[in-house]
Amino acid sequence: MTNHWIDIKNANLVVIMGGNAAEAHPVGFGWVSEAMQNNNAKLVVVDPRFTRSAALADHYAPLRSGTDIAFLLGVIRYMIETKQVNYDYVKAYTNASFIVREDFEFNDGLFSGYDEKSGSYDKESWYYELDEQGYAKVDPSYEHPRCVWNLLKHHVERYDFETVSNITGTPVDDYEQVCKMIASTHTHDKVATFMYALGWTHHSKGAQNIRTMAMVQLLLGNIGVLGGGVNALRGHSNVQGATDMGLLCQNLPGYLKLPNDQDVDLQTYLTNYTPTPLRPGQTNYWQNYPKFFVSQMKSFWGDYATASNNWGYDWLPKWDLQYDYARHIDMMYHGKVNGYFVQGVNAINSQPNRNKVLKALTNLKYLVVMDPLATETATFWQNAGDFNDVNPADIQTEVFRLPTTLFAEEEGCIVNSGRWMQWHWKGANPPGESLPDAEILTGLMHTIKDLYAKEGGKLPEPIEAINWNYSNPKHPHCHDVAKELNGIDLTTGRQLDSFTQLKDDGTTACGCWIYSGSWTEAGNQMARRDNTDPSGKGITPGWAFAWPANRRVLYNRASCDVNGKPWDPKRTIVEWKNGKWQGIDVGDFNMKLNPQESAHPFIMQPEGMGRFFALKMLAEGPFPEHYEPVESPIGTNPLHPKVVRNPAVRILPGIEETLGTHQEFPYVCTTYSVTEHFNYWSTHCRLAAISMPETFVELDEVLSADKGINNGDWVRISSKRGSILIKALVTKRLQPLKVNGQWVHTVGLPRHGSHNALTRKSYTCNVLTTEVGDANTQVPEYKAFLVNIEKAEGM
Amino acid sequence: MDRRQFFKLCACGATTSAIAALGLMPGDAMAAPREYKLLKAKETRNNCCYCSVGCGLLMYSHNSNGKNAENHIFHIEGDADNPVNRGALCPKGAGLVDYVNSPNRNKYPEVREPGTNEWKRISWNEAYARIARHMKDDRDANLIEKNEDGTTVNRWLTAGMMTSSAQPNEGGFITHKFARSLGLVAIDTIARN
Repeated sequence: MTNHWIDIKNANLVVIMGGNAAEAHPVGFGWVSEAMQNNNAKLVVVDPRFTRSAALADHYAPLRSGTDIAFLLGVIRYMIETKQVNYDYVKAYTNASFIVREDFEFNDGLFSGYDEKSGSYDKESWYYELDEQGYAKVDPSYEHPRCVWNLLKHHVERYDFETVSNITGTPVDDYEQVCKMIASTHTHDKVATFMYALGWTHHSKGAQNIRTMAMVQLLLGNIGVLGGGVNALRGHSNVQGATDMGLLCQNLPGYLKLPNDQDVDLQTYLTNYTPTPLRPGQTNYWQNYPKFFVSQMKSFWGDYATASNNWGYDWLPKWDLQYDYARHIDMMYHGKVNGYFVQGVNAINSQPNRNKVLKALTNLKYLVVMDPLATETATFWQNAGDFNDVNPADIQTEVFRLPTTLFAEEEGCIVNSGRWMQWHWKGANPPGESLPDAEILTGLMHTIKDLYAKEGGKLPEPIEAINWNYSNPKHPHCHDVAKELNGIDLTTGRQLDSFTQLKDDGTTACGCWIYSGSWTEAGNQMARRDNTDPSGKGITPGWAFAWPANRRVLYNRASCDVNGKPWDPKRTIVEWKNGKWQGIDVGDFNMKLNPQESAHPFIMQPEGMGRFFALKMLAEGPFPEHYEPVESPIGTNPLHPKVVRNPAVRILPGIEETLGTHQEFPYVCTTYSVTEHFNYWSTHCRLAAISMPETFVELDEVLSADKGINNGDWVRISSKRGSILIKALVTKRLQPLKVNGQWVHTVGLPRHGSHNALTRKSYTCNVLTTEVGDANTQVPEYKAFLVNIEKAEGM
Repeated sequence: MDRRQFFKLCACGATTSAIAALGLMPGDAMAAPREYKLLKAKETRNNCCYCSVGCGLLMYSHNSNGKNAENHIFHIEGDADNPVNRGALCPKGAGLVDYVNSPNRNKYPEVREPGTNEWKRISWNEAYARIARHMKDDRDANLIEKNEDGTTVNRWLTAGMMTSSAQPNEGGFITHKFARSLGLVAIDTIARN
């Protein structure tokens, strides 16, 4: 979230799209109710299903799953055409006036630089035109035909009401109503917030879904202000922290990059990731990249990291391909992986294409499952009838099941969606011999260190060097690790106050630069529990710690005009008054600069501006474009029939054959959570298992009548990947939509089905899903894939 | 008698007289009723482990007061002082005590030997020794030190890790150091889905 949960109460309009906060984040949704009751806010919900969020909305519009980009580009077209744009904001703080290179093009669904053979783009032309000094050229008059504003206008022209309705299935009246409500917040005194979750990420163009919304928010001047922003409702309690910790195949903690094969040495690496400013006078905060990186290497390797060995740079593994989960499972499936760790995830239920995952796990030599619960992943070798039809004698994988603590039995920090780092305390010991994950990995690390010390082996240096120099190296205490994440001045031994003190000469160590300030000489700032809200705007500066720098609203420089005057005096976060900056939140800019010098709020960008044109950041283009889901129910793209799906999507060898067509599998299936269950965890909890004892499939009344299926009947749902037996729930919540001249039916599948929990034995929805995912993140397209349905005999 | 005992006595007196006044006093002398569980319980602040609203929790635990007796969590409710949830919890959060005390908790390190159909309890030391042996043998055989161009890449692709998004940051950082120092590239979190 750029903002945070409580701040939703400051909104005038809440748009829930790509999420269902009332059911999946019910307590967070309380702040939507607060805005509706006390701030006269309106709620708009756009979703394929009439969810409980929709039931509370002032206006609900249905759309076909996987068509959000068309929907939102149409909103942009409407706003530009009706001149409902926050022009002051757009002129001051976006790249609308920037001039794009002459060789940039978009034709028939493809941007310039596409290579059909590799299915990817050469992005050279997706860039600004630069002057002799290397700065981007701009045209403040907006007359230049290739300035971003004119390119954007041209790009969205095609998305008129009828075209959008034809793609999305949203009736034109509903659509126009949503356009009007969103556009109404273009004035300085009205703000909209967008709340989204997995309903936007689980697509083959998930990142572009979110980006299109961010463009809407920029046009409305709604980023950096109270009650606005781009607000991801994250799924797990510490998935924000796990992401901050860089637990992804191409990351290091603090959103630094794990080097790849092109980063041949430290100097090349630092040059590649330290941007030079694209406009004069920029903060360009990533210019500090070397300080963040060298300090991190000091925390990784301790005294072993020196200037003469480039701070241990060569010890970091380099990637040649994106080894995300889907690719690694595919490698496992093909017998190229020997060992795998699964930590706190019920992988076989949660991951797409269960039959493939099962086969992949049987190819492993060893599997280590660390979990508080007895998951189906750890018992993949056990026969469970049709739910897991295997013969244990045929499976040669050695499986270790290691018991871990859960939240109540450990101390530490987790980070919520609003970037709040909240410290929690241990209430009891865990059952049996369970241990925290950190202790288990420490035990293993020391055993491996001992083996290398005794036997030697390949590249023992990083194993020897990795810094486990905690007060008790065998049992690292979370206090020690939290202090390490904050960072320390190695000369004085003092905890750092902030990341501004980091150096690139090896005299500071810091595990994660964005966490600097969370454990200073003044103590553990995450454990602070002063809930005072002096401004009444929901900023509680003394409650926990919000990264970065205890800042509650990101990009808040954009809440003021170029001269430091708040656009809306009722929403003052910071302001320039009596020759200095003051306000209720920590400024997201250098507060020593005067208003004109600091008038580039997006300080992480080398041009300081919000981007309508995303340069080379995304795989499928600098502007979003509507592409069909990988499995499309209409089998064509009404905008450009030759480019149906996302042209940059990754299809590994052999995967094309696992995709179904709309002739064979005519119905759209979308997966989701019910409010009673949290994936495959709460199915092990008695109360939750009683309140929602089994899973089901939601079907619309027209489809059910066609198929002769009644409420409670058993049905078989099949995709190209597999099939499951499940009970039918006939509902009005789903309605067929008219799309491109045909009726499209959507079926809804909750994802809590498991066969080894306290709930009734049922199939996981992931027998059906595809591993093909977003072209940037590889998040699987769980929200829009094709199935067939038939009435069946029960179990 | 010190000041505190004196106040305690007065308070008890006030309660018993009030009960007597309502006519609730039993005729016969009886043993004192059991104290309310919450009064003696230890209260610990925590946060919900499910979604990312970050609701504050109060967890209540008690024990038999015997030597070496374990605390046991028997009640969890919303923390009314936490500004994000103001004491509220959703249906999942309200049932958290059943997660802590689930009958399906793992309790001991176990191994399932290849081709067999059962779990076997082992010690932590045995678990570490056997897993470390597997890892070292695989790493020594398959670590790629240089790519075709001769660039140092030090990557180990025949092992990987799906990491937790429920453990605290401190565990996450330990996990990261563990993985990268060994040369693992294929690490991922549930953040991707």
